[in-house]
Amino acid sequence: MSRFLKVLTVAAGVSLVAGAAGAGKLGLGTEATPEEIAGWNIDVRPDGQGLPEGRGTVAEGEVVFAEQCAVCHGDFAEGAGRWPVLAGGWDTLKSQHPVKTIGSYWPYLSTVYDYIYRSMPFGNAQSLTPDQTYAIVAYLLYMNDVVTDDEFELSNENFTSIRMPNEDGFIEDDRPDTPLVSEVEPCMTDCKDEVKITKRARILDVTPDEDGDTAGISVD
Amino acid sequence: MSKSDTPEKGIASPSRRNLLKAGLAAGGLAATAGFARAAEPDPYNLPPNVADWSRYLGVGVDNAPYGMPSEHESEVVRRSVEWLTASRESSINFTPLHDLDGIITPNGLCFERHHGGVAEMNPTDYRLMINGLVDKPLIFTLEDLKRFPRENRLYFLECAANSGMEWRGAQLNGCQFTHGMVHCVMYTGVPLKYILEEAGLKTNAKWIMPEGGDAAGMNRSVPIEKALDDCMVAFKMNGEALRPEQGYPARLVVPGWEGNMWVKWLRRIEVGDQPWHAREETSKYTDLLASGKARRFTWVMDAKSVITNPSPQAPITHGKGQTVLTGLAWSGNGRVTRVDVTLDGGKNWHQARIDGPSLPKALHRFYFEFDWDGSDLLLQSRAYDDTGYVQPTKDELRAVRGENSIYHNNGIQTWHVMANGGVENVEIS
Ligand code: HEC
Repeated sequence: MSRFLKVLTVAAGVSLVAGAAGAGKLGLGTEATPEEIAGWNIDVRPDGQGLPEGRGTVAEGEVVFAEQCAVCHGDFAEGAGRWPVLAGGWDTLKSQHPVKTIGSYWPYLSTVYDYIYRSMPFGNAQSLTPDQTYAIVAYLLYMNDVVTDDEFELSNENFTSIRMPNEDGFIEDDRPDTPLVSEVEPCMTDCKDEVKITKRARILDVTPDEDGDTAGISVD
Repeated sequence: MSKSDTPEKGIASPSRRNLLKAGLAAGGLAATAGFARAAEPDPYNLPPNVADWSRYLGVGVDNAPYGMPSEHESEVVRRSVEWLTASRESSINFTPLHDLDGIITPNGLCFERHHGGVAEMNPTDYRLMINGLVDKPLIFTLEDLKRFPRENRLYFLECAANSGMEWRGAQLNGCQFTHGMVHCVMYTGVPLKYILEEAGLKTNAKWIMPEGGDAAGMNRSVPIEKALDDCMVAFKMNGEALRPEQGYPARLVVPGWEGNMWVKWLRRIEVGDQPWHAREETSKYTDLLASGKARRFTWVMDAKSVITNPSPQAPITHGKGQTVLTGLAWSGNGRVTRVDVTLDGGKNWHQARIDGPSLPKALHRFYFEFDWDGSDLLLQSRAYDDTGYVQPTKDELRAVRGENSIYHNNGIQTWHVMANGGVENVEIS
């Protein structure tokens, strides 16, 4: 996976032992009941673990989306104002302005269910029913052309059969991707003949749109 | 249907202008935040006169049961860039690095990043649940957590998007804005491994999923090796309770790794045998490369440094002569072993002096004192860590990653000091 895991695998074996010596069973905490866990255990994984029973159609999803989501995300998930765009953006990932949406970027459908249930609608999280959530996810699949049948119904039974277009779009961390000191010793004296300023931050009263490339690069 | 960022630009304009008015003008000494403090002295207070404060009694104890900074430090505040985000509840502000020294960030100045606003949790009703691949699922109260053996550790926390606005070129005038999504405090808390072992890990436990109790329910996947290595559940920062905006009453500490994983208002940790691919590790916090592929699980914050003074918000106001240059350096892979600085845009480099504790995965403070002849300077710093890593230039990063990565921009920063002492954010050849 990454160089850290390689390094840490050794350390972890030691930690387990050291941990056992340092703490182990201290008799702290109380056993969580199945009911307590059920109320908080809301995560859903790509293999379907965590999916509750339920179902919902594209048409049902369109209704809930219009009521609870469209004010920010637009009727067709195209995004209203500056709120996130949830559909479209195909073939933009290599461009100057990549549009990363559920359809163009997200690798797994489970993330859509997991995130919408835990965080949305913004300001009233964890309020949707499983059926409403399945319906919204079905609607978003339809708006992203991942399913094309407007009668489509999504449920816990067919959920894991859906594959997202950009599933193979991700690679593992392969840093460091610049030379280490052992490969290229940094220069200390007489390193270059001439230095020119190539870019400047915007200055007061420069029209922000003057060079559109830098406008509002988001931190999200 | 798919929209470009046109509406975003439309909205960006006015607020960006306000931001600039607020004191970010390139090299504009008078317009620069912080310059206000260099007001004209009042001769009445200067020798041989005796000032009022030397004559009359000041306020007594308990004037401020919780002490606050001097009123003359009112400019030392977190600041935000309004056009960056659509809502204040899912937004960011920045640590005023140019106003600080040493390596500890005061609690009230640690930058904020929330996804669903600040959760107002009461400590009596705080619960931490451990479930999933454990022998016995457990629920801890805050009191329970405080009965585990405790540790004190100093760590930096950096948002993976720190300097993210600078991928395409110099954009913001002020190290607060270019580098202020970092802070460093002393955490007191419980090693996570003690908590996990109390529940008992099953042999197929490979990942954990910390989850926040805020309205975003922030969740991330953390490999078990890291969880058992140096992660902590912290309830104190710099000796006092976590600030609400930093996750009161308890947060996860994931040393050296991107800030988004340090789940605040921690309510649950699920143990599993594979990662969750949560929204914050797929849609966000993945690094899009020029090829259109994206790196995922890019957890570590690579070595980085920035000169905090002089910088656009902290111009040179004393004219030529003896000048102190200072800055911060850090590495998520360990200790910073060396920092070089250049005054001439990289023609010649000098080794800076690191002062104060040099701790792994913590901020390091460096200084370089020089005699300024009043001519233009191009300042840069580059950090090295104990893995043999050296901070790259921005162009080196762009050459391998392109310009769409948003996250993990640890490239070398350049400040242009002008003859009048003003400083602007530039890039150089
Ligand atoms: C009040 C405005 C608002 C409403 C209403 C709203 N959202 Fe959101 N949505 C947001 C904001 C803000 C974010 C980004 C939050 C963040 O990044 O922390 C977001 C993010 C999302 C995302 C992730 C986008 C991405 O690219 O990562 C999805 C999916 C989403 N919302 C779906 C929904 C659904 C479904 C509903 C209705 C049930 C809904 N939202 C209602 C404001 C809203």
